[in-house]
Amino acid sequence: MTNTQVPDSQVPNSQGPNSQGPPVSSRPATPSAAAVRPSARDRGTRLLAALFLAPTVVGIVVFTVVPIIGSVVLSLFHWNVIDPPRFAGGANYRTTFTDSTVLVSFRNTLLFMVLAVTLQLLIALTLALALNGRMPVWLRSVFRSAFFFPLVLSAASISVVMKYLFNQDFGVVNWLIGLVGVAPVPWLTSEHAAMATVILVYVWQQFGFSFLLFIGGLNNIPKEIHEAAALDGATGLRKHLGITLPLLSPTLLVASVVGIINALQVFEQPYVLTDGGPGDATRTVVMVIYERAFEQLDFGEASAVGVLLFALIMAVTAVQFRLSRRFVHYQ
Amino acid sequence: MSQATPTLSRLRHSLTPWARIAGLTVCALVTLGPVIWTVATSLRTPAQSFDLPPQIIPTHPTTAAYRGVFDQIDVWLLALNSTLVTALIAVGQMITAGLAGYAFARLEFRFKKPLFGLVLATMMVPLQVTIVPVFLVLKTMGLTDTLLGLIIPAFPTAFGTFLMRQYFLGMPKDLGEAAMLDGAGTWRIFRSVYAPLATPGLAIVGVLAFNYHWNEFFRPLILETSSQNYTLPLGLVSLQGNLGTGSISVVLAGVVLSMLPAVAVFVVGQRPLREGITSAGVNR
Repeated sequence: MTNTQVPDSQVPNSQGPNSQGPPVSSRPATPSAAAVRPSARDRGTRLLAALFLAPTVVGIVVFTVVPIIGSVVLSLFHWNVIDPPRFAGGANYRTTFTDSTVLVSFRNTLLFMVLAVTLQLLIALTLALALNGRMPVWLRSVFRSAFFFPLVLSAASISVVMKYLFNQDFGVVNWLIGLVGVAPVPWLTSEHAAMATVILVYVWQQFGFSFLLFIGGLNNIPKEIHEAAALDGATGLRKHLGITLPLLSPTLLVASVVGIINALQVFEQPYVLTDGGPGDATRTVVMVIYERAFEQLDFGEASAVGVLLFALIMAVTAVQFRLSRRFVHYQ
Repeated sequence: MSQATPTLSRLRHSLTPWARIAGLTVCALVTLGPVIWTVATSLRTPAQSFDLPPQIIPTHPTTAAYRGVFDQIDVWLLALNSTLVTALIAVGQMITAGLAGYAFARLEFRFKKPLFGLVLATMMVPLQVTIVPVFLVLKTMGLTDTLLGLIIPAFPTAFGTFLMRQYFLGMPKDLGEAAMLDGAGTWRIFRSVYAPLATPGLAIVGVLAFNYHWNEFFRPLILETSSQNYTLPLGLVSLQGNLGTGSISVVLAGVVLSMLPAVAVFVVGQRPLREGITSAGVNR
């Protein structure tokens, strides 16, 4: 478990920066008969391409590539900004693995990821399938707008709103469940309920994203397939389980990959709703990075936690693509 | 297991759409409920802001809470900051992504594939992993606690570049070829043939950028230390201290104010917004 190497940032199905392909040059090495003279056009094209790419490539190098390397380097040093950095070797990582707050934050984040993404995908899929049935066109667009509306709001300010709604004493949620005779729940102040509340608030805001993906995926399924299935007597749930889901599997893969990458970075909801509490019950990895770096000025450990989060995201994504080879059907 | 009679199955078929629509309606109400409650409560008097059952139609509607927001935080300044940051990022991203997307889609040059691979790979890198070094880079540039420090790092956009490349690839090749036969150079082909057609794609990049950065919280929280450089979400979270004053209407009025532009974009730009979100689902 002391393997602190960053995995290759190779995205499956795309050419990572370190992939071993020959540099693809569009220009033949020797002038062929077609290109008797290297025309001004080609030189102009290359210059134009360089100009067009410069802002994006330079920006990505300065603000993403160098910082990634910087994070790895920083994680090997002790540095509090004030004193000069001291080389630490693996000390920050060792601290990380013995620091109960960090360990709990990883456990919380993984638990959050599993529950939130599962709930998000289930809700989104159910609603997308329900919306795919027969109904007036205007009604369908009303529903569609309603379901993705939360997505355009700010997670931070929505969490402020939710903090009031889930308040134990005067919150609307406890009043509502009180109507059906349920005792008030300490949504934000008990260890078990707090994580559930953070998950609910997060999913309420995020499910629209997966929902839109599923709507798109369902629209791509040819109508003939459903008609053929109906002729064969497939109805309702059987039709969905046997026919729709396999056809949707590429969309399901994308929705779950993106959902997981987003869930592993959750910050605003626990920060505003519970500030990681009660105790450390809702402290997430990103919260720890933030606290270590910008509250305790421990840039070394903050970077080590960041590198570990990156490794985790890479690992989870790689596993997903591995699994997807078995379960995803492309038409 | 009794065989369902034909009438019964027909009845079931006519029932299910209604049950489905009823279920969807309940879900839509749960989705919009918190938003409706926020707007309603922001219009109540402070004394009534805790009333249960919550009045969805305020009995004594008042804008007192909105005045309270303006008294407690400099709404105009925060809104100006948010607008500046968001607008400049959106415009910047449209330019950088439009140019780079075109180069990747339509121009031939060395190392095209690995470069595009690099751009795609950075999509996988979470912001929080790079935030400490980015903060240090900005510190050396003297850009911490400035709006520029929030704007410049957001110009390059991997996702926007990917999107614009797809967009340009979807345009017919023979348009450019025809222009080339007419003697147009590479720049002229871009400028007069393809760029004018790119507007809808650029709208998607712009709307997505606006939406994301208008609501952004993590980077401003880290970069902006003095309150005159706050953006709206930061100001709102600092408004929370009002709970002690016995009124949540003021905080909710602030939330409503900050939501307005996002809602306006949602209404006007719903289609590009949707397309932008679903294009993440394109098989990469």
